[in-house]
Amino acid sequence: MFDLSILYNPNVLYVILGCLLMSVSASTVGTFTFLRKKSLIGDAVAHAILPGICLAFILNGTKNPLYLIPGAFLTGWLSILLVDAITHHSKIKQDAAISIVLSVFFGTGIWLLTVIQHSGMDNQSGLDAFLFGKAAALTSFDVWVFGIVALLLIAAIWAFYKEFQLLSFDKDFAQSIGYKTQLLELLLSGLTVLAIVTGIQAVGVVLMASLLIAPAATARFWTDKLHVMIFIAILISSVSAIIGASVSYIVPSMPTGPWIVMVLSLCAVLTFIFAPGRGIVVRWLKQRRNQKQMLEENILKTFYYLTQTTSDTDKAYYKLTDIQKQRALRESELNKGIEALIRQGYISRERDKGTKQELYSLTKEGLQQGKRVAHLHRLWELYLTEYLHIAPDHVHDDAETIEHVLTPELQKRLETILGNPEIRPEVK
Amino acid sequence: MDAFWIILTGILVVASSSILGCFLVLRKMTMVGDAISHAVLPGIVLAYLFAGERNSILMIIGASGIGLLTTFLIEFFHKKGNVQEDASIGITFTSFFALGVILISYFAENVDLDQDCVLYGEIAYVSLDPLLIGDIEYGPKAIWLLSFVFLMVLAVIIPGYRSLSLTTFDPNYAQAIGISVTLWHYVLMSLVSLTTVASFESVGAILVVAFLTVPAATAYLLTEKLKSMILLSILFGVLASIIGYYLADFSNGSIAGAMATASGILFGIVFVGKRLYDRYHRLTTVSQN
Repeated sequence: MFDLSILYNPNVLYVILGCLLMSVSASTVGTFTFLRKKSLIGDAVAHAILPGICLAFILNGTKNPLYLIPGAFLTGWLSILLVDAITHHSKIKQDAAISIVLSVFFGTGIWLLTVIQHSGMDNQSGLDAFLFGKAAALTSFDVWVFGIVALLLIAAIWAFYKEFQLLSFDKDFAQSIGYKTQLLELLLSGLTVLAIVTGIQAVGVVLMASLLIAPAATARFWTDKLHVMIFIAILISSVSAIIGASVSYIVPSMPTGPWIVMVLSLCAVLTFIFAPGRGIVVRWLKQRRNQKQMLEENILKTFYYLTQTTSDTDKAYYKLTDIQKQRALRESELNKGIEALIRQGYISRERDKGTKQELYSLTKEGLQQGKRVAHLHRLWELYLTEYLHIAPDHVHDDAETIEHVLTPELQKRLETILGNPEIRPEVK
Repeated sequence: MDAFWIILTGILVVASSSILGCFLVLRKMTMVGDAISHAVLPGIVLAYLFAGERNSILMIIGASGIGLLTTFLIEFFHKKGNVQEDASIGITFTSFFALGVILISYFAENVDLDQDCVLYGEIAYVSLDPLLIGDIEYGPKAIWLLSFVFLMVLAVIIPGYRSLSLTTFDPNYAQAIGISVTLWHYVLMSLVSLTTVASFESVGAILVVAFLTVPAATAYLLTEKLKSMILLSILFGVLASIIGYYLADFSNGSIAGAMATASGILFGIVFVGKRLYDRYHRLTTVSQN
């Protein structure tokens, strides 16, 4: 079933090379459309190309790409302008404008395509390759075209790198320092349409969106720098293109485009879940750690308030219900927190000899920790009331969250600002 | 008779989808509807493999399940993963669609589905597949299926109208008075999935998007009230079906494609007309002042 020798066939090399070049173009411009939050406009352009191709064919009667590509380019670009016009001149939002343009252009394209097919015009077969792509049938001519387009795109982005960067991150600023943003946007959308028009021949209308979006969205998780992001996007899409194109030859009757997309999506989903720093797993763990820390600090603080109400601070023993009276904590949560605090040596547990009840007390370190949190809480309240003049009954909730994140450096600055106030914990 | 069945099919698809489309347009979620319509493909293929025929109940349920999964994944990557919403939509639906195409290629011998049919359906053959009970024909199967879906949509939207409109216009207030925003989100999305799957064979995965969005958006241009928006969108949808049918008949092209074109033309006329009317109206009020 698996026959690797087929990969040495020159036709196969054309396909792999073609897919590779097309992916490089798509992911480079895709990075900019992604950053400008216009990814789905790429989807609309991909669909809007179909009627352009059909019209060009009807007018000229040939499948010569020199006629078809300008047609495709025209309707593709028109679709971007129409989405902008609809959102600017009516209350229709961008998502609906994209859907309208996408589905109507595509519907018209399908209608024209079927009209052509039923009309018996010569030489019409193969036009529908644009619907699903014809990656497996790429020729050396296609590879040359893809290569030239890729070079053109990269050269244009190289030349206007600074302008495009500013346009993507801060359009208003770009405008204010005298960049012709409208012209730049026109150029960038032209490049996007160009990448889509070529890419669509390999993977088809529907899947084109993936080649634009997925590499950029994946790369975004690994870096904050634009040039690194473009580099990673190109890398990911190249690897996907090579794997996807190879699979379709190694396993018989497998389509190329969908496999490229599957590899891209796999990279994207794995990144979303496992990427260090920004991935779902890492953020979930971080969140859990914060919640645990907050719970523990809150328990220590409550213990500390309790000890302040009794005169003999060293020998204060409490039941769990005493804590719950002060602070609404679920029993399971409280138990978990207490166990962790006992392990860390902040709380000690004893059993009352008479009543056989479990009693808890703060250790010396626990007392210190509880005092620290209560101190930070009060410090923040003071800062809000004294320095920012916020009403005293509005500051408690804010202090409840801030007390867990104030660092010693911030604490010192707050104390300096407030003139090293004497802080007595407020007993609740 | 064929013309009657075809137009009726178009009208049934358009009626269900324009009602749902109004909510999608107002919730700014039309692209999620678009994503669902593509993503149900693997569900349709798998269900078809198991059931061995089209239009089975299993197919509808299986594929609608994938539609809901799509909605969930888009939300999940967006909310939990901090992925930009447009990217989350784009990646999710292309993955499912690619999976569907791969499944079709892999099971090509067992699955009588082709890719063209997925993209633009074949409404013209609706009347070739009648519902048979015993030896008696009870009209096209698709009509029964689409009527069932339309009734389902009505059965949910009419009693749930207040909750749906509240969660659409003011989700915070709805939440405050105890209406679950999440629940109604998923109810709406289930209906969208159901409609998409039931319509896919007659109008195809992509053209159902035209019916979900275009009539609703056309109506949205003309009115502020939800009820009149729904009624107007159905009217525009029905008009588009009828005009589209005769356009296709005249030009010998795809009926579904022509219907989408017709809905686009209607949108264009209303859009331009509204602009001209507004400009004229403004001029006259200015000159009166």
